[in-house]
Amino acid sequence: MLATFKDLSKTQHLLIGTGLFIVMFVVALRFGAKDVDILDVFFALFTDQDSEAVLVLRDIRIPREVGAIFVGAGMSVAGAIMQGMTRNPLADPGLLGLSAGAYLTLSLSVIFLPSASMLLTLMICFVGAALGALLVFGLTMTKKQPSVFRMVLAGASISTLLYAVSDGLGIYFNRSKDIASWTAGGLIGTQWTQLWTIAPFIILGISVAMLFAKQLTVLSLNEDVAIGLGQHVTRTKISLFIIVIILSGAAVALVGNMTFLGLMVPHIVRGFIGRDYRYILPFSALYGAIFMLFADTLGRTLNAPFETPVAAIIAIIGLPFFLIIVRRGGQGL
Amino acid sequence: MNKQRLKKQRWLLTFFTLLLLITALVAINAGTVNIPLNRVIQTFLNNGSFNDQFIIFELRLPRIFITMLAGMGLSLSGAILQSLTRNDLADPGLIGINAGAGVAISLLFLFIPLEPGLFSYVIPLVGMLGGISTAVLIYFFSYERHRPLKPLRLILTGVGVSTALSGLMVVIISSAEREKVDFIAKWLAGNIWGTDWPFVYALLPWLLIFVPLTFIKAQKLNILHLSEGVAVGLGVRIQQERLILLVSAVALAASSVAVTGGISFIGLMAPHIAKRLIGQRHQLFLPLAMLIGAWLLLVADTIGRSLIETIIPAGIIVSVIGAPYFIYLLMREVD
Repeated sequence: MLATFKDLSKTQHLLIGTGLFIVMFVVALRFGAKDVDILDVFFALFTDQDSEAVLVLRDIRIPREVGAIFVGAGMSVAGAIMQGMTRNPLADPGLLGLSAGAYLTLSLSVIFLPSASMLLTLMICFVGAALGALLVFGLTMTKKQPSVFRMVLAGASISTLLYAVSDGLGIYFNRSKDIASWTAGGLIGTQWTQLWTIAPFIILGISVAMLFAKQLTVLSLNEDVAIGLGQHVTRTKISLFIIVIILSGAAVALVGNMTFLGLMVPHIVRGFIGRDYRYILPFSALYGAIFMLFADTLGRTLNAPFETPVAAIIAIIGLPFFLIIVRRGGQGL
Repeated sequence: MNKQRLKKQRWLLTFFTLLLLITALVAINAGTVNIPLNRVIQTFLNNGSFNDQFIIFELRLPRIFITMLAGMGLSLSGAILQSLTRNDLADPGLIGINAGAGVAISLLFLFIPLEPGLFSYVIPLVGMLGGISTAVLIYFFSYERHRPLKPLRLILTGVGVSTALSGLMVVIISSAEREKVDFIAKWLAGNIWGTDWPFVYALLPWLLIFVPLTFIKAQKLNILHLSEGVAVGLGVRIQQERLILLVSAVALAASSVAVTGGISFIGLMAPHIAKRLIGQRHQLFLPLAMLIGAWLLLVADTIGRSLIETIIPAGIIVSVIGAPYFIYLLMREVD
């Protein structure tokens, strides 16, 4: 069954993926603390009727799930790019310090700029993600091929530092709960205005990433080959780097920390689509969105009417993936 | 050569013991209430005011003891992990022991109402259980049948498990009330919270068991640190020795962290500094590493207590000192 799934053409995969995406989107809208009729979902999406259920959908659930789509797509593409660029199968914005950096600056803004606009929050998260990334990569990329182990360990310790500082600030200013609830809240209360601010960045990031897909494929195989083929490796890397920062910073700004999402999805996608990033990137975006919709729906229904934070669900589903990758990569470590 | 080294060790040990004592004196008179040195001496000579006596004997001394003991435990744990993995970057906090203890303690704290008196005895125990079960889980995940255990894989697995547990923590925190969140947040940040004599008694036995055990195994650590081939050639039963040492490392770290809260980097820094001072022989650097670890944590806690009016958790101070040190280690390895 898996073998035949692998042999399908790219078009067939695209069809299956799109189908899954639509089904998941409808399922996500249909179920929740308050289940709505499937017809209402239809009305909310395609008509301007305004019954109570339709309004609930339009103002609360649809923006929330659209947010899930963007966050899932953005994080997954960011993870895919990082894995390709560093040739490190364990690369993930959460593991390599980007989320922690964004979390630190986010805490600062929760404390000092409690009424910051979404755009400002977003910029603040970009700065933080860049800080985390620069620390981790700056330290490990000095070697041409830093070992997977060193990178993950550097990521873990830099994250420890950044979280420690954020927690310290939270305690000092008595705002621990507010800061923690940013991540715990996940997608709760996502509004259209937030999406209008964040979505363009994620769309732009993914689109620009697609322009670099070919270079990324070569880079992911061998850096020397990339240089030999006349690539401006440094320029490519810096561009990809900026994209990763934008994508993961935007995701943190909307939902808080999210580890393992960017790790898992590209690995699943590579399993059936191969090693060409021209396909890995769009399919990561697609399946990242599907996965995030799934996780958020799970979070809303598991213990309804209470919410289970989506970050926790992803962390728990993601762990087995992480462990499998560590096991497979065991020889090289 | 060896005699010279031993002499050097004795000098260094004396030096750091003195340093530790001086720091402890400073720690006694520093804090929200400043007690001048002459009153400290008076109090020790049993002539102090009731107020001074209470602050020194019931508040500051137990805290200082706990800080020093935990520093020793953490640094020894780090030293073992570094030698087993043959990697200077290993630290008990980074591989999930803190996270495991944290989850266990928060669960207990939030969902099981406890008598205040019982609290101080149960929490360290539960924290330890959490740390140890996490370690068992990590061991289980990185175990392969018919194959030797790969220490690096163990650490990577630890990082992953630690990350997942932090995710779990989010759920726990989000379902809690504000005051409880504050306690947990402080625990996570490494606020030395067990500041009463019972905590000293809760921590001490573990050190009394596992410190001598590790010292007995010092020679084995020397060999394991060299290479697997050498160890096998010299007739060391690798798997068994590794397991014993791992258990010691975990028990030392988990029991320390259970009373101090999540503290990272001490286990990284202290052994490393000790090795640079006196070399790689475990018999020489282990005792020194313990003293340095105790001193570092005591300094961090004292700074955290006296810098500003709010107490800054020692774990945060340690991270702020420790992370740059870690960065320096990474950079140095490149050259």
